[in-house]
Amino acid sequence: MSSYYENSARGRLAGLLDPGSLVEILPPTERVVSPHLRQLDTPAAFDDGIVVGEGRLAGRRVLAAAQEGGFMGGAVGEVHGAKLTGLLERALDTRPDGVLLLVESGGVRLHEANAGLIAVSEVMRAVLAVRASGIPVIVLDGGTFGCFGGMGIVSRLCDAVVMSEEGRLGLSGPEVIETTMGVEEFDSRDRALVWRTVGGKHRYLLGEATTLVEDDVAAFRAAALSLLDQLSDPGPDLSLAALEAEHAVLGSRLERFGDCGDALDIWERLGVEEPEKLPILDTADFLATVRDRRA
Amino acid sequence: MEILTFEYRGGQPVASPPPSVLVGVVGSGNLEVLVEPAPLGGLCRIEVQTAAVGFGATWQAVLDDVFARHPLADIRISINDVGATPAVVGLRLDQALDAFAGGAQA
Repeated sequence: MSSYYENSARGRLAGLLDPGSLVEILPPTERVVSPHLRQLDTPAAFDDGIVVGEGRLAGRRVLAAAQEGGFMGGAVGEVHGAKLTGLLERALDTRPDGVLLLVESGGVRLHEANAGLIAVSEVMRAVLAVRASGIPVIVLDGGTFGCFGGMGIVSRLCDAVVMSEEGRLGLSGPEVIETTMGVEEFDSRDRALVWRTVGGKHRYLLGEATTLVEDDVAAFRAAALSLLDQLSDPGPDLSLAALEAEHAVLGSRLERFGDCGDALDIWERLGVEEPEKLPILDTADFLATVRDRRA
Repeated sequence: MEILTFEYRGGQPVASPPPSVLVGVVGSGNLEVLVEPAPLGGLCRIEVQTAAVGFGATWQAVLDDVFARHPLADIRISINDVGATPAVVGLRLDQALDAFAGGAQA
């Protein structure tokens, strides 16, 4: 068993794809680094914190990207975003069986200001274009730094999200909420609070994570493979009626849970007995306990 | 940020080197090391970009030790550093050069 959480972006990708199948695009030796960080007198990374390339998943042809949270929290700068957008646009040309996004990001790289913001919006547009062309885009979220900000939005624009309990998904990250709203509103150092609010179990219960897996690279690989097959035939329903139905579901969710002050209240309202015990259950017991209880 | 360059002579080239080896991440207290074969006429060249300014003598001492352990020639080592301690720098370089000389991608 190899922890997805503890691995680097490169380690995750190597364990996820068929051994030796990854052909990296713009590898570190190309030295396509951030032009902005140099101006700020800050060391750049040779890959700008993201690995993109082509590979195989159990023989299926995939494009894959992996963000490295260890470099500036996986934040999206101009080059980082362009690599992601370029990979997605390549999918429109080469028509792989799917695109895998191994997200780990705090969102826009604030050092790069508007260039980072524009990069994220380009990624969003590219994701939608790939989905519209019938190629599934699958997010894997189980890294040390979680997935927030613009990349949180990008993740929810995709066809499916695979998470581990350790993964986190949200818009404003815990520290951002604490900084802007105060520690009384959200204590970012309360790990139990953070994980039950933005962690994989809660996201799975709300239906935002499609699949919940153990913190194991092989488990992520199996989930990605299964989703790839499920999503390719038939493709997702992207009609106006389907989108309106999705909006109606989101609206009813607010009605159901809008007055809940804590994830525990939501779990109780979902009919989970002893909701306070959910955080300590291992993945298999958790999935058995919450069967038929998801929002 | 400071850019430092070091050159060493007297090493031996690796017989069939991998195209490149990358280890580490550009994060606080950490560094990334990229090792590539390069036709440098027997030279080992190390280029360091570091966020910690004024530690040239420390880099020199650490890299002297590293070259003594790994006397390699015709290689280019590129480092992006965010204030890694000398011990971490030494370990990362050992990791990278072991992988490079052993042919295994770390």
